[in-house]
Amino acid sequence: MKTGPHMLLAGKLTMLSLAMFAFGYVVMPPLYNIICDITGLNGRTNSAAVAAPDGTVISDRTITVEFVSVINSSAAWSFKPVVQTMEVVPGKTYTTNYIAKNLSSGPAVGQAVPSVAPSSAAKYFNKIECFCFTKQEFAGRAEKEMPLIFFVEPDLPRSIDTITLSYTYFNTGEEPENLSDS
Amino acid sequence: MSLISRVFLVAILSLTGLAARADINMPVGVTPISKEVFGLHMLIFWICCVIGVLVFGVMFYSMFKHRKSKGAVAADFHESTVVEIIWTAVPLVILIAMAIPAAKTLIAMEDTSDAEVTVKITGYQWKWHYEYLDSGINYYSSLDAEHNAARQVGSGIDVGQFENYLKEVDNPLVLPVGKKVRFLHTSADVIHSWWVPDLAVKKDAIPGFINENWALIEEPGTYRGKCTELCGRDHGFMPVVVEALPADEYDAWVAENAPVEEVQVTESASATAVASVDDDREWNMEELVAAGEGVYVTHCASCHQADGAGLAGAFPAITGSAIATGDHAAHIDIVYAGKTGTAMAAFADRLSNSDMAAVLTYQRNALGNSVGDVIQPSAIKALR
Amino acid sequence: MSTAAAGHHDHDDHDHGPAKGWTRWLYTTNHKDIGTLYLLFALVMFFIGGGMALIIRAELFQPGLQLVDPLFFNSMTTMHALVMIFGVVMPAFVGLANWMIPMMIGGPDMALPRLNNWSFWIMPFAFLLLLSTLFMEGGGPAGGWTLYAPLSLQGGNSFAFVIFSIHFMGISSVMGSINIVATIFNMRAPGMSLMQMPLFVWTWLITAYLLIAVIPVLAGAVTMLLTDRFFGTSFFNAAGGGDPVMYQHIFWFFGHPEVYILILPAFGIISSIIPTFARKPLFGYASMVYATASIAFLSFIVWAHHMFTVGMPLAGEMFFMFATMMISVPTGVKVFNWIATMWRGSMTFETPMLFAIGFLVMFTIGGLSGLMLAITPADIQYHDTYFVVAHFHYVLVPGAIYSIMAATYYWMPKWTGNMYDEKWGKIHFWVSTVFLNVLFFPMHFVGLAGMPRRIPDYNLQFADWNAVATIGAFGFGFSQLIFVWVIYKCIKGGEKATDEVWEGADGLEWTVPSPAPYHTFEKPPAQYS
Repeated sequence: MKTGPHMLLAGKLTMLSLAMFAFGYVVMPPLYNIICDITGLNGRTNSAAVAAPDGTVISDRTITVEFVSVINSSAAWSFKPVVQTMEVVPGKTYTTNYIAKNLSSGPAVGQAVPSVAPSSAAKYFNKIECFCFTKQEFAGRAEKEMPLIFFVEPDLPRSIDTITLSYTYFNTGEEPENLSDS
Repeated sequence: MSLISRVFLVAILSLTGLAARADINMPVGVTPISKEVFGLHMLIFWICCVIGVLVFGVMFYSMFKHRKSKGAVAADFHESTVVEIIWTAVPLVILIAMAIPAAKTLIAMEDTSDAEVTVKITGYQWKWHYEYLDSGINYYSSLDAEHNAARQVGSGIDVGQFENYLKEVDNPLVLPVGKKVRFLHTSADVIHSWWVPDLAVKKDAIPGFINENWALIEEPGTYRGKCTELCGRDHGFMPVVVEALPADEYDAWVAENAPVEEVQVTESASATAVASVDDDREWNMEELVAAGEGVYVTHCASCHQADGAGLAGAFPAITGSAIATGDHAAHIDIVYAGKTGTAMAAFADRLSNSDMAAVLTYQRNALGNSVGDVIQPSAIKALR
Repeated sequence: MSTAAAGHHDHDDHDHGPAKGWTRWLYTTNHKDIGTLYLLFALVMFFIGGGMALIIRAELFQPGLQLVDPLFFNSMTTMHALVMIFGVVMPAFVGLANWMIPMMIGGPDMALPRLNNWSFWIMPFAFLLLLSTLFMEGGGPAGGWTLYAPLSLQGGNSFAFVIFSIHFMGISSVMGSINIVATIFNMRAPGMSLMQMPLFVWTWLITAYLLIAVIPVLAGAVTMLLTDRFFGTSFFNAAGGGDPVMYQHIFWFFGHPEVYILILPAFGIISSIIPTFARKPLFGYASMVYATASIAFLSFIVWAHHMFTVGMPLAGEMFFMFATMMISVPTGVKVFNWIATMWRGSMTFETPMLFAIGFLVMFTIGGLSGLMLAITPADIQYHDTYFVVAHFHYVLVPGAIYSIMAATYYWMPKWTGNMYDEKWGKIHFWVSTVFLNVLFFPMHFVGLAGMPRRIPDYNLQFADWNAVATIGAFGFGFSQLIFVWVIYKCIKGGEKATDEVWEGADGLEWTVPSPAPYHTFEKPPAQYS
């Protein structure tokens, strides 16, 4: 029995397994993020600013937007929304704030991660400006008020009457580079 | 009635009787959804029983009749397209029939609109934090201290004395009867899962993400559950207890416990960390060590162990540690602010000033350490 | 196991028999030697993994913590799963494939013999690495065999060894699979078409493709864990833009096909044994092949049924519910075909047949509880409870493990040339089966009543059934010593086996002498050309 055909087939199968590794390691994570962006699969909202609505389409109803904060165990922060809830007309632009304070004595870098419930509302919730787009650097015990400008798209499904926006505040563990900003 | 059908009937009746027993079957529960889920569970269970009886019936009949020792001669058929199509199609029809009611229940489960009460549930290693978004009430809920002492390896305490062993907490979640309650689930560290069988509510709590579901409790009572997603060493020791009160009693409870508005704005993240007059007075060593021991057992012993020895490679020892025997600032800082990238959480919003001072002093003067100094609650207060 | 009987076929350029001394096993490229090594390795790991299970059951014998620290308990559940899946069931199936596939298709050896040697010898090192983490600072992995982030990332530095050992196991499996595919495609007796292959060969061909497709995905997932833990990436860390749920999607994209990797070769074994002892050809050969292929295909689109509580959109939950229920159709076809094979046969009940029937009954029970788990609203109550533990142990122990035992009894006379001790084989079956049900059936009850899985201590309401299960576990564990005893006796001697061994046996492996000579089919069999 010659080894030629075996090696050829084995080579093809090795290529297949390498391709599957690449699929798992290189393709899947970005693919997953794209699918999440399109479908709002994991309740994540846009991670970069969108343009403000032109104001031509305004919904005839109001919905409730709840603001929630979670402090990850990695961070010694106090982190709260300034208002708990807002009555919002889809299509209009609103502004609110969160307040964060670094409770530890040393400098630290924080990152807010947004998440929306129900997840099916995520793709209708748009942020024009958000502190979650960037990391924040804090001096020891420094406090910051951080803005959020958003609108809800008018074609939000009728079955949704409340949107909960949650921010989880993490300590990134990085060293602040540029504390003069704060 | 033949003997076989009589035996069959008895079997069915005894199975039906057994199905109602709480120790071997799913609870019916106290919400419309839990009742629907129980119905689905029993329906699919009976369908499976019927399939099982038919399949095993044919099989055992064949094993009994078609054996060589009984002189059976093997037939030679090995194909029949008609039969193959039938036993592909029939299960398919059963499945579709089953999927329709299941889909209906699923749609109802996902409909969280028109909720009257919203509770945010945050999982921590290894306790729950409840926050009522409407009233601002918020508190931690962890395993009852007596149960916690009894469950330690070699505690010598008879766990049989506790009726609800490992299903009792210090602060149960209080909910109203007859109102739609929406739950928001999230986590501050690893993935947890909040489950109360009687409410048919189980949802993963994922760090950085928020999930929701709902329950409408129909009967007052105490309902017990557990964390169901492996979340580390004490995964088995973070129970859930829900106390469902009639609407008026619930309203009274809210009125009694709602935080004063001013405190919520000016104080740090949690009402449990509220300042008290105790923070300003001078404490003595005995007081702090005595108070600190309780705090240590509840919050630290899971990882650092009851004797302070830690677990090599996983959790550092307190006994003889450079931090716990070193200067105050570093020791306070690691407990107050945590250590990023490790399991050491920030306790700033979990412990009051006096509790934190007590546990710090305890660590410095017990567990084999004897630094001999005290950390006052006022020192912690100054940080906030 | 293959005694050194010199081949009586013509020899051209091959050795006449095995080399002398222990280096024979180190350097061997003979498919029978390597098959034996795989099977013995699996047997050793079976007792190591079983010992871990007994530690778990001993702690759960009564409420309260008596024996172990909860962290060690968690690493026992984690290791038990990793050892049983990657160290027992998969190597045992590869061992059977090595021994039987060349003989079943009339080929002289595996297509790539040297690769075969490597793929075996990686395994002991991989497991040494994995088991050594138990003795390192910080202990073994304790985040469950699924290694869910972020919990698995909290472990000590020994985590790196766990990841590397998984990589080694994966490389071994993929190399073994490549070899099997190449053997099946290139080494068949001239004239043997694919649709003439025994079903064991078919199911292994499909399994090998599944392995080549999904093991690299697991490798990718655990590599991401490694870089997240040690090199500052944040695939699964929400703060850095990652998502812990994505890990679960990638893991189960591997994990669900993996479930079928653990059962498809078993289907092939059962499809060989039942016709032999019913003395009647397999019913619906073609539909068996198509059913296996459709199960393999469906296994790629049902992964998220492991994740019904993570919060998926309604449409996703519906899709995965329907797709999962769909799997029961081809699986049902297989069970019906086996029963139709038995129907109007002329059955005898030697040990292999007993294990095959045990498989059929208890695998069906596991399949039916699987159907219950597919109903999403009910799954929300079942998920992560002992009901799930009962379900997958019913499909894996009397499923995968029983099929391996059935195969051992069935082919051992061919391997050793001696009949095994029928009386002790039957005792092994009956004792195992009784204790197995005492062990796993009560888990359905405690699971439905609300006992979560992976907990070291529990409420008193679950005490009685847990005590029963523990008794079953020790009974089942110790009755496996009978298995070792029967194998040992059979290697040492016993009644000489005929070439055909079983009265109703059909297939090329029964045309060679017993014991099978060191080299078989150096001249291809004639009947297909």
